[in-house]
Amino acid sequence: MPIIYYIILSIALFSIGIVGVLTRRNAIIIFMCVELMLNAVNLLLVAFSKMHYNAALKDGLVAGADGQLFVFFIMVVAAAEVSVGLAIIVMMYRNIHSVDVNFLNRLKH
Amino acid sequence: MSNILTLAYLVPLFPLIGFLVNGLLRKQLNKPLIGIIGSGSILASFIVSLLIFLQVKNGASDVITYFNFISVGDFSIPFAFQIDQLSSIFLLIITGVGFLIHVYSTSYMHEEKTEHFGRYFAYLNLFVFSMLLLVMGANYVIMFIGWEGVGLCSYLLIGFWFKKPEYNKAANKAFIMNRIGDLAFLIAIFWIIGKVNSVGYTEVLAAAQATGDAQVFSAFDLTGITILLFIGATGKSAQIPLYTWLPDAMAGPTPVSALIHAATMVTAGIYMIARSNILYTLSPLTLDIITWIGLATALLAATIALKQNDIKKVLAYSTVSQLGYMFLALGTGAYVAAVFHVMTHAFFKALLFLGSGSVIHAMGGEQDIRKMGGLSKHMKVTNFTFLIGCLAIAGIPGLSGFFSKDEILANAFIKSPVIYGIGLFTALLTAFYMFRLYATTFLGKFRGTHEQEHHLHESPAAITIPLIVLAVLSVVGGYVGIPAFIKEGAHSLNSFLSPVVAESNTILGEHHISHSTEWMLAGISTVLIIIVVIFAWTKFSKRPDTEEATGFGKVLADKWYVDELYEKIIVNPLEKLGGFFNRVMETSVIDGLVNGVGRLVNYGSRQLRLIQSGQVGNYVLLMVLSMLLIFAIQFFLRK
Repeated sequence: MPIIYYIILSIALFSIGIVGVLTRRNAIIIFMCVELMLNAVNLLLVAFSKMHYNAALKDGLVAGADGQLFVFFIMVVAAAEVSVGLAIIVMMYRNIHSVDVNFLNRLKH
Repeated sequence: MSNILTLAYLVPLFPLIGFLVNGLLRKQLNKPLIGIIGSGSILASFIVSLLIFLQVKNGASDVITYFNFISVGDFSIPFAFQIDQLSSIFLLIITGVGFLIHVYSTSYMHEEKTEHFGRYFAYLNLFVFSMLLLVMGANYVIMFIGWEGVGLCSYLLIGFWFKKPEYNKAANKAFIMNRIGDLAFLIAIFWIIGKVNSVGYTEVLAAAQATGDAQVFSAFDLTGITILLFIGATGKSAQIPLYTWLPDAMAGPTPVSALIHAATMVTAGIYMIARSNILYTLSPLTLDIITWIGLATALLAATIALKQNDIKKVLAYSTVSQLGYMFLALGTGAYVAAVFHVMTHAFFKALLFLGSGSVIHAMGGEQDIRKMGGLSKHMKVTNFTFLIGCLAIAGIPGLSGFFSKDEILANAFIKSPVIYGIGLFTALLTAFYMFRLYATTFLGKFRGTHEQEHHLHESPAAITIPLIVLAVLSVVGGYVGIPAFIKEGAHSLNSFLSPVVAESNTILGEHHISHSTEWMLAGISTVLIIIVVIFAWTKFSKRPDTEEATGFGKVLADKWYVDELYEKIIVNPLEKLGGFFNRVMETSVIDGLVNGVGRLVNYGSRQLRLIQSGQVGNYVLLMVLSMLLIFAIQFFLRK
């Protein structure tokens, strides 16, 4: 499969994520959209990694799988983030009975 | 014995030490000690100067380099002293007259508090130091250091009694007037550096004479440099148009007037021109300018002196007038005559000023001659010495003034009979106002208060002895320059200074007038002067003019309104300009700029603050938009 398909899919996922973050007020959906963006990037990393590996193989070389390594890091960080983020959202819901992020701008006062 | 010239550094060193000791320890020392240190340091300088002079008289002359003063690239200014005929004569005048005035000051300033007494002597020593530096320097930069130094000391001493605001004004006036001249001098130095790449007299004067392919100065350069140097001299030596500070400088203590404003500092300009005589000889235009400026100054100042009633003001204007004479001599190429007049003038003018100081002392601070009169009965020594001074400055034969003045007039006659005529007229005016001064002060009846009359007394020995010494010098000082028509080859000053002006004389050529003409000229001037002296003597001893001057006399008494003219055309416009800048430029432009920057930052930050709304969505949107912008720039613009 040509690389362009992966790129387009990844851009689509990423854009959905951005639009979601920008437009939605529900903290959980925003959270999901952030995950979506992270995974769009992951997808792209994996795709590029594979592409470079194949290209190098043709010339009799071995390219590293650095891109795929990054993906694992991102997944680990994302998992950590989810655990902390969800905990915050749970506490938020307990306190204000809502997960609307616009309520939270009162933090500045 | 030849190594005495290398000891030349001692000459300015002694006054410098005196300055430091008196200046720093003025509160610890007592008055007699300050006086001894102050006068002793000058005496030591005088002795070394005398040894140097004797050495130079035997034919020694040298440029002694001590260290490299300034060095930039291939250009360097050595700290060097030039000891030759010209500088050794000036050394003797400065330290000799200076010493007498220091001795005089110990008595004259005795009523000052100890610390002011110390301050006075410190300034006086610093002045002598600067003047010696000016004279001894072997290049224009060292001369300039001394030149500025004497200007500074003049300022400090004119404003010595700084509690009186008008004295401070006089000091400021002197300083500013001098600065105007100094600027021209400085430009001239830069011009010389630009052309010759050296400031040493030897190099510059040699370069000036180079011709053909080696020619350094064009005619324009020479004229420009000499005129700029001359402007410097008009400031220091009180010539038109920068002379007005000198009469005001009489605000200082009288011995200061004698030392600085009569005998030494004001002759710096003459020394400078005499030192660079070859430059001047090579630019006839400048010589003509100097002649006419000198002549005009001599005449103008003499007319003003006719109607002054302040004893020191008369002497001040007479100084300006005599300096004009010296410039007249320089302008006619008679450099030796100018130096000769500097010397005789130093004697008799110091004598007259110190005499006037003695009078002021006896009168309890009174300076108005209309309130004096008949002092000859009370002050025998002062009277007698003052009379000698008057006779000498008037040019009575046998006294020093006659010889130097006659030489100048003879040279003026060679140049043009018109110049001679004006010069002679000025000499007659000089005789007139000096004997008006003498007769009004010392003859007739006493016109002051009873208290003052009761208080009249002869001054103490520290005052009278310098007077007597100076009186003797005023009489015999002229015999070093007996003119050729009286006795051939007796002009010892001429032969002594001949190495300094040899090149100039070769260029100018010898213009001798016959001895019979010289006899005639001297005879005419002598007869006329004696007539004027007798006229003034009889007129003012019987009926001193105590009334306020009217008509033309008022114009003279008000100094031709030159001060008012300067006030109108220079000072006022400058003050207006300053006021304009203060009101408009300062408040709207400078302040506006500074306040504007502040206001802009204030306004800008108030607007920027609104971006921080606290809405996370806005932040994210801004972030995304910014990233898009960066991407757009990366993709489309940086290709």
